[in-house]
Amino acid sequence: MVVAAGVRKSYGRMEVLAGIDLTVRRGQVMCIIGPSGSGKSTFLRCINHLEKIDAGRLYVDGELVGYEQRGGKIYELSDRAVCEKRASIGMVFQRFNLFPHMTVLDNVMAGPLRVKKQSNEVARSRGLKLLDQVGLKDKVSTYPNQLSGGQQQRVAIARALAMEPKLMLFDEPTSALDPELVGDVLDVMRDLAHQGMTMVVVTHEMGFAREVADSVVFMDQGVIVESGEPGQVLTDPTHQRTRAFLSKVL
Amino acid sequence: MAAPSEESEFDPAIDSIKAVPVRHPLRWVMSVVVVVLVAMLVNTLVFSHITRDGQVEPRYQWGIIGHYFASPSVLRGLVVTIELTVIAMAIGIVLGIVLAVMRLSASPLVSGFSFLYVWFFRGTPVLVQLLFWYEISYNYHRFSLGVPFGPSFVHVDANTFVTAFVAAIFGLGLNEAAYMAEIVRAGLQSVDHGQTEAAQSLGMSRLMTIRRIVLPQAMRLIVPPMGNETISMLKTTSLASVVTVTELLLAVENIYDRTYQTVPLLMVASIWYLILTSVLTVGQYYVERRFARGAARSLPPTPWQRVRRNLFPAHVAPAQVVARDG
Repeated sequence: MVVAAGVRKSYGRMEVLAGIDLTVRRGQVMCIIGPSGSGKSTFLRCINHLEKIDAGRLYVDGELVGYEQRGGKIYELSDRAVCEKRASIGMVFQRFNLFPHMTVLDNVMAGPLRVKKQSNEVARSRGLKLLDQVGLKDKVSTYPNQLSGGQQQRVAIARALAMEPKLMLFDEPTSALDPELVGDVLDVMRDLAHQGMTMVVVTHEMGFAREVADSVVFMDQGVIVESGEPGQVLTDPTHQRTRAFLSKVL
Repeated sequence: MAAPSEESEFDPAIDSIKAVPVRHPLRWVMSVVVVVLVAMLVNTLVFSHITRDGQVEPRYQWGIIGHYFASPSVLRGLVVTIELTVIAMAIGIVLGIVLAVMRLSASPLVSGFSFLYVWFFRGTPVLVQLLFWYEISYNYHRFSLGVPFGPSFVHVDANTFVTAFVAAIFGLGLNEAAYMAEIVRAGLQSVDHGQTEAAQSLGMSRLMTIRRIVLPQAMRLIVPPMGNETISMLKTTSLASVVTVTELLLAVENIYDRTYQTVPLLMVASIWYLILTSVLTVGQYYVERRFARGAARSLPPTPWQRVRRNLFPAHVAPAQVVARDG
C-alpha cells in the first residue's frame, strides 16, 4: 500500500529525512516510533503530500505521491489530482484540528458533502453511523470545544473515516490527551485495525504498538535505525540507539 | 464576637457574612461631577436662551429641527446616504476578500498586485479619490474593453457612465476595499494552520478550504473591525456631497443655503447619523454573535437579555466561610 524508497526531505540545510525505505502492505498496521525530531511526523505528512519530498520515490497504492511518471519524465500533479489522492487517505492529527465552527456531525459530514459531493441524507446517515461506532452518538450536535480531548480525537477519526479511506495516517493521536482518555482513542484504533484498515501510526504508545502493530519502525535523525516485528524491535532490539530510546520510554 | 470554639459546627445559614461595605469616596465625587455635567447639558440643550439679532430665542431651535427632521428632501438624502453606504461596503467587502486571498497567493505577481492596490488606495486621501473619479472624463472620454494595445470591443461613454453617484461609489468602494483587504488578511492569517491541513487531508481544494473552513473562522476576528468600517463609511459618505451627490449632508446644506438655518439643519443631519450608527451597532452585535458559534462555550447574551439580567439579578448565594481554629 505504501512503498518508500530513498525518501529524502530537508528544510534549508537541515536534513529531516535522510533516505527512508519501507513497505506497508494492505491491511497492515505499522507503528513508527522514535525520539522527537527524528522525522517520523514529517515522513507521515509526506505520504499524503502535505510535505513535498526532495528525492527518492514514495508510492501509495502503486502510484507516486504528488507526481506522475509518464514516458520517463516526472510531472508534478495538478492541485486537483493531489486533492483527489488525499481524499482517499485519512489523517488524524496530534492536535485533533476539528473545525470549531461546525457541530460534531457537520465535522464528520464536511468531507463527504464538499469533496465527494454526496447528498445530505447519505452523508448524514453515514456520519451518524460512524459517530456511533466511535461511541459519540449522543454528541452529534455539540461543538468540538465542548468535548474532552479524547472525544475530539474520536470525532477526528470518524471525520477521516467518513471519506472511506484506503489508508489511515495517525500523527501522535494520543500525545495531546490526558492519560485517562488515551484508552478510548486506542480502543477505536484497535477496532479499526481489526477491521483490516491499513494504518501508519506515529506513536509513543509502546503497549499499543506491541499489541496491534504488524511491524514497528524505529526512526532516529531522519533514518530508519531498525524495523521488524513488534516483539523483536520492542523487546529485543539489535541496535544500541533503539535500546537507549526504549529504556527511556518504557 | 468570640471566635468559634472547636466543637461549634459551621452553619452557612447563620454564619453568612454581613459585612459593612468599603466606602469609595472618589466614586462618589465622580458621580456628583457626572450628575452636574448632565444637568448642565440638559440646561443648555433645552432650557437656555440666547439673544440673536436683538431677539431672545431658545439656544437650540428644536422647533426648526423637528420641522425639517422628516421633511421629504432630508429623507431623500437619507436614502442616498444609506444606498452609498450599502453599495460601497458591498464592493469593499467583496473586493477586500478577493484582494486578501490574492495577497496570500504563492504567485509573487498576484500578491504583489494586491500589495500595490492597498498601497495606492490607502496612500491617497479618499476625498481626492472621489474628486478623481468625478473628473474621470478629463482623462478618459470613454471606457473600452479589449486587448491592450490592440482592438477593443465594448465602449462606454465616460460622462454618461460615471455619474456623480457612480463616482462616489467607485471612490468610496475601491478605497474601502484596500482597508477591508488588510482586515480580512489579518483574519485569515489568525486561523490555525492545522485547520488548513485538516481540510486538505480531507481532499478539499485550496479555495474550498478558504471558503468553508478558514473564512468562517476568520469572520469572528473580521466582523468587529468590519462593523467599525461600516460605521465609518456611513459618515464618510458625507464626502460625496463635495462631488454633488445629494446625500444627507448636501440635502440639509441645500436647505440652509436657502433659509440660513445652518446650525439647526446640521443638527438634523447629525441626529440622523447617530440614529443610523445606533442601528448598525445593534446589527453588528448580532452578526458577531452569529460568528461566535463554536468559539465560546455559551453565546454572549443579547442586549435585551442583559437588560433583564440587570433588572432582575439572580439571588447571590451568601458567601461561605470555613471557620478554622489555629
